Amino acid sequence: MAATDVDVFSNEEKRSLSLGGHVGFDSLPDQLVSKSVTQGFCFNILCVGETGIGKSTLMNTLFNTTFENEEASHYQNGVYLRPRTYDLQESNVHLKLTIVDTVGFGDQINKEESYKPIVDYIDTQFENYLQEELKIKRSLFNYHDTRIHICLYFIAPTGHSLKSLDLVTMKKLDSKVNIIPIIAKADTISKSELHKFKIKIMSELVSNGVQIYQFPTDDDAVAEINSSMNAHLPFAVVGSVEEVKVGNKTVRARQYPWGVVQVENESHCDFVKLREMLIRVNMEDLREQTHARHYELYRRCKLEEMGFKDTDPDSQPFSLQETYEAKRKEFLGDLQRKEEEMRQMFVNKVKETEAELKEKERELHDKFEQLKRMHQDEKRKVEEKRKDLEEEINAFNTRKVAAETLSLSQPLKKDKDRKKTTLNHSSASPVQCT
Amino acid sequence: MTTSARYKSRIFKTEDSEDKQYVGFATLPNQVHRKSVKKGFDFTLMVAGESGLGKSTLVNSLFLTDLYKDRKLLNAEERINQTVEITKHTVDIEEKGVKLKLTIVDTPGFGDAVNNNECWKPITDYIDQQFEQYFRDESGLNRKNILDNRVHCCLYFIPPFGHGLRPVDVEFMKALHEKVNIIPLIAKADCLTPNEIKKLKDRVRDEIERFGIKVYQFPECDSDEDEEFKQMDKELKECTPFAVIGSNTVVEARGQRVRGRLYPWGIVEVENQSHCDFVKLRNMLIRSHMHDLKDVTCDVHYENYRAHCIQEMTSKLAQDNRMDSPIPILPLPTPDAETERLIKMKDEELKRMQEMLEKMQQQMHEKDQ
Repeated sequence: MAATDVDVFSNEEKRSLSLGGHVGFDSLPDQLVSKSVTQGFCFNILCVGETGIGKSTLMNTLFNTTFENEEASHYQNGVYLRPRTYDLQESNVHLKLTIVDTVGFGDQINKEESYKPIVDYIDTQFENYLQEELKIKRSLFNYHDTRIHICLYFIAPTGHSLKSLDLVTMKKLDSKVNIIPIIAKADTISKSELHKFKIKIMSELVSNGVQIYQFPTDDDAVAEINSSMNAHLPFAVVGSVEEVKVGNKTVRARQYPWGVVQVENESHCDFVKLREMLIRVNMEDLREQTHARHYELYRRCKLEEMGFKDTDPDSQPFSLQETYEAKRKEFLGDLQRKEEEMRQMFVNKVKETEAELKEKERELHDKFEQLKRMHQDEKRKVEEKRKDLEEEINAFNTRKVAAETLSLSQPLKKDKDRKKTTLNHSSASPVQCT
Repeated sequence: MTTSARYKSRIFKTEDSEDKQYVGFATLPNQVHRKSVKKGFDFTLMVAGESGLGKSTLVNSLFLTDLYKDRKLLNAEERINQTVEITKHTVDIEEKGVKLKLTIVDTPGFGDAVNNNECWKPITDYIDQQFEQYFRDESGLNRKNILDNRVHCCLYFIPPFGHGLRPVDVEFMKALHEKVNIIPLIAKADCLTPNEIKKLKDRVRDEIERFGIKVYQFPECDSDEDEEFKQMDKELKECTPFAVIGSNTVVEARGQRVRGRLYPWGIVEVENQSHCDFVKLRNMLIRSHMHDLKDVTCDVHYENYRAHCIQEMTSKLAQDNRMDSPIPILPLPTPDAETERLIKMKDEELKRMQEMLEKMQQQMHEKDQ
């Protein structure tokens, strides 16, 4: 009985059944929605563009509020990223919005390293998420997701083509984040120039293999609008928080001596299109793409780097646990081997030193012996000399005694002889008496 | 008011009064005018700035010609490692019998590469080369047909998308401000509202002063000029750096055909003073200060170059007698620091000795008395 039940479950074919009445699981999406609404949403935007190109103004215009920001200076030594998190609420939907600004981008004279801080920041956010995922005790439910969901790349409105820095940076970013290129300060380009400019930019991106974010066309509800918007990329936007009275309405606009550029007028600029696409239609898709495509790519690369594989040499699917165990064993084995090696080395060294010491000791000993022998030789020689000397002294003494006894037995004769001799021998010298 | 009109009116005044004492040299300006018209003028203008700032469009608008008919613009990937080139276009234009040989020196590739270290070097080398060529020609034997290719003025385009000058702008201007007259311009000014233009101009003026960049200064007008001219001059000076817009197209505005740019929200007229400073730039550059620019180039920049060159040559000569130069050099006495010090010391000694002598003489004198 049990065997057949299992068979039925492992059968790949799904059978569709028709329902006899209303069950009610069509409320599942609603449950999901109310759950996400209570949970709150989180969205992270990265704005990349030269200083002064209008990044902060566009953010203010998009979200209809004033995010506090100081004007950046042109004289930064390098590029650094400034993330700021805000809590916004509309109806009963909470949004935790993080805006990351690139300060100093495009200002340096040598811009070869400008893309690095941006790539590093994106990778760091992925890394943090990966670490959280791999934790033993993890709380992904409460985790503040800081991965960048969308990168708005601001292109300067030169009217000719992309700048070399733009091309280099976008190529480095396209595999890590969803990029939407935007033409900033578009009120300086006339309609015909804009058309040519957009075509040139898209052709340059395509010919260099830069993959920008395409609005998804697989969902029927939004396929039509998305595909038409795809044709309008890159969006030419104008941002403004100032209000100008036009006719009998007050709209957000820029006032020039020759006219008024209205931000929300579709024939003036593509701001409305950007807002539609970015916020009203595709925000959730952007988050999904970030998680499903860019984050997975990062994760795969990172884990492969660490040596994990999905299949072992026998093409059997590996589980993470087994891989982990194997890695751990390998690591411990490595450690042990290293320990052995070190111990061996230590022992060898000790032996060497011992041998050296012994050698030295022997040398010393030899020397000592040699010295001793020399010492003894010397001593003997000295002894002999002393003996000789003693003998001489003895001989001298005996002669002395003999001479004295001889002189005592013949004292007068001797004196007279001596006197005579002295008189004879010396004339001037006084007489000496002994 | 054109200059010729001013001079003509003066001549009439003197003729009415004092007929007897009228010598007639008041017609000299007229003669100068005639001769110069016959000879023709030449002017070399350099334009510098990143690509896409409207330099060619502005030049076309200034001189009402199309100098850049078939130029090829590079793609972004070709520009990653681009080096700066120097290209020259020369045109002969004529207006009311006055001939002008206009040379525009363009600098494609400036600031376009990813690494722009020393990207101004080809430009400074070019300017120095022109000076050197003129220097040699001037010191040559046959000086009748000297070709003056020296750059008289450099228009530097500052992008309006930022908050002021960027490091590359500062470095470029500092490298060139002692070689050529620099006139900074704010390009594509139709992306700035009047308030923003004012803020940016103040910012740029402050930064120019802070970094010690010597841009071209308009000469003070003479005290005997009339009020209108003085007023114009003052306005001109307060307006720098000029915020300009250029256009290659003619559009219909307020019933007239003007050079302008057509937008969905309005028409920008290039020659409308309330839209941009193009007219002021044109007046300054062409109608009133062209000759002053040439004079400053000859009298200040070229002379600096020349003095520097000669000093280098003589100091080299002192060290190396075998150097032969095509220019006969007077051995200028350039005493070095060492000999000067010795001379000073000897002088002081002499002075002291003199004083002592005097004292002794005095003493002797007193003794005698």
